[in-house]
Amino acid sequence: MSKKSYRDAIREAIASEMRRDPRVIVMGEDNAGGAGAPGERDAWGGVLGVTKGLQPEFGAERVLDTPITESAFIGAAAGAAATGLRPVAELMFVDFMGVCFDQIFNQAAKFRYMFGGKAVTPLVIRTMYGAGFRAASQHSQCLYPLFTHIPGLKVVLPSSPYEAKGLMIQSIRDDDPVIFFEHKLMYDETADVPDESYTIPFGEANVTREGKDATVVAFGRMVSFANQVADELKREGVGVTVIDPRTTSPLDTETILDSVAETGRLVVVDESHPRCSMAADIARLVAEEAFSDLKAPIKTVTAPHTPVPFSPALEDIYIPNPAKIRDAVLAVTRHAR
Amino acid sequence: MSDIQPIVMPKWGLAMEEGALTSWLVQSGSQIEKGQEIAEIETSKLANVFESPASGTLRRLVAKKGDVVPVGALLAVLAPLSVSDADIDSFVASFVVEAHTDEDAAGATVERKLEHGGRTLVFKAAGLQNDATPVVLIHGFGGDSDNWLFNIDELAKSRPVYAVDLPGHGKSSKTLASGDLGELAKAIADLIDEIGAAKVHLVGHSLGGAVAFQILRDRPERVASVVGIAPIGFDERVNGDFVEGFIAAQKRKEVKATLQLLLSDPDLVSPQMIEGVLRFKRLEGAREALQAIAEKNLSAGRQTASFHDLAGEERVPVMVVWGERDAILDPRAAQRLPPFVEVVRLENVGHMPHLEAASTVNSKLAAFFEGAERRR
Repeated sequence: MSKKSYRDAIREAIASEMRRDPRVIVMGEDNAGGAGAPGERDAWGGVLGVTKGLQPEFGAERVLDTPITESAFIGAAAGAAATGLRPVAELMFVDFMGVCFDQIFNQAAKFRYMFGGKAVTPLVIRTMYGAGFRAASQHSQCLYPLFTHIPGLKVVLPSSPYEAKGLMIQSIRDDDPVIFFEHKLMYDETADVPDESYTIPFGEANVTREGKDATVVAFGRMVSFANQVADELKREGVGVTVIDPRTTSPLDTETILDSVAETGRLVVVDESHPRCSMAADIARLVAEEAFSDLKAPIKTVTAPHTPVPFSPALEDIYIPNPAKIRDAVLAVTRHAR
Repeated sequence: MSDIQPIVMPKWGLAMEEGALTSWLVQSGSQIEKGQEIAEIETSKLANVFESPASGTLRRLVAKKGDVVPVGALLAVLAPLSVSDADIDSFVASFVVEAHTDEDAAGATVERKLEHGGRTLVFKAAGLQNDATPVVLIHGFGGDSDNWLFNIDELAKSRPVYAVDLPGHGKSSKTLASGDLGELAKAIADLIDEIGAAKVHLVGHSLGGAVAFQILRDRPERVASVVGIAPIGFDERVNGDFVEGFIAAQKRKEVKATLQLLLSDPDLVSPQMIEGVLRFKRLEGAREALQAIAEKNLSAGRQTASFHDLAGEERVPVMVVWGERDAILDPRAAQRLPPFVEVVRLENVGHMPHLEAASTVNSKLAAFFEGAERRR
């Protein structure tokens, strides 16, 4: 065990699965980089260095640099998965996913269903999401709700380096298409990550804090913000349970409903836009299934319904933060019935 | 001034750098005893009550409820009433937090590995600057060296302390030959050889207790004393719900319910403890290792090991510590021990006395080791 970054945890997971299973391949834009330039092989290792070192170890046949044609290489990855490989494709920014929706929504997601369960599609698409990188509105979105909407896809949002490794190994071993969301501001976060291999099952939420006054469901990067607020409020006498669902599809509804039954108060923290978001989805779940447990109206903390601003000052206030989460928790705990 | 004793933020485990004082359980001016619960402290990994490391009159609460302070920072001051307030003021003002013990500093806890016969045994070592007879701490079924979080630092004040991850557990290799007691005992005996001391004190909890007594049987010449904390080997039964539940538990809820069987106060089971167990169980090979060890040692609610004939090793001092509310191994087993065994029974304590009554267990251990060393 040692301290590892989120970036290194993901790379270690992919490398260990590549050693274990020769069917695992990696493909994407500049996954190695430097092709054709003498002495520059593996110059990039992916745009933020996650796959660096893989091509020197596993060769150019298993670590493929693709052209800048998302629709072509995501389609190729889906086909390769359906015909026996286990590709881990990197689609740099989730914002670019639009050009290959057909390959994902209509092809990869539907193979198992439309071929009567005879086809499996063990495909992982890694992609970066999230604001705060000063990369403007075409490189900063949190589009995981779009993929959660499609039956046949599994959607993973690791919230720490430990989670990233175990969830990536699980993603590669899963027989369905998985969209694996990496928050670009988390790559340098470090934590204890075992050297050994381990998997974290899909659809089993983690409960990172326990308290009796309010439930906070948070996704991806927002989990650490929620933990920070829970620790702060605990010292002030307010007990907050924090739930990290880990995967938005499948979703562990039981853990959320059990906790709301105990606390009667819910805050959902979701970095995406408010409409048709995970925040809206969880609020719907609890309003429908646990209305009688609620002691206060549900609160959501999300980004606003606008593109991510390029202005740094605006971008900073755009993203949900601990202060906003704290206000929401205090609003539900102070609500008089 | 020398009558003034500082109470500082403890260091619970390798990773702890700071702690939050959640609440004070005592008031300024009160008389407190060593081992008395005086505060609640929370770290990023756990929350627990803090037992006073010393006795005296509590003259000053320096840290306030909610404060987050580094390890070693002043929390409170003990001093007799004869010491003036002004002296206490100047003590507080001039108090310097000792340099944070990093891995290289003498006396700090370090993590080490022993590679032997294709197997990796991971252990924590502390107090290596001390000359006294070392102590080896052996955790129970499903545990790891972190079970001794509240004991290592205290014991390491006067002697080297080694807290090991048993084969199949913690960070040690998960591949086992058979998982029987002989294999576990052999791995710890290898560690004792590696330590190089003529003799060691062995402290084993539950299954680790059986491991300690097995080493006493196999290698009595290397054993200075043995302490069994709720040890296996002195009764026939074991709570099979715990053993089977622990192996089967996959989800948080199930793990929580099993861990609650271990403690007299179920509220002590924190989300971090649950996640810690899940992290261990997710490791490749961990579940198979647990199954193999359970099958050889704890199968069908029965204990395989038996040390009823312990008298043969009578020359080595033995102490047994048992919580009266142990729900895993019946504490009445302590009544049937040979007369030379020193028995400590603790009220309102479950299967984890070293965690639930850390301070009491620490002082009993220290006194017992000293007595054992005088007898030699």
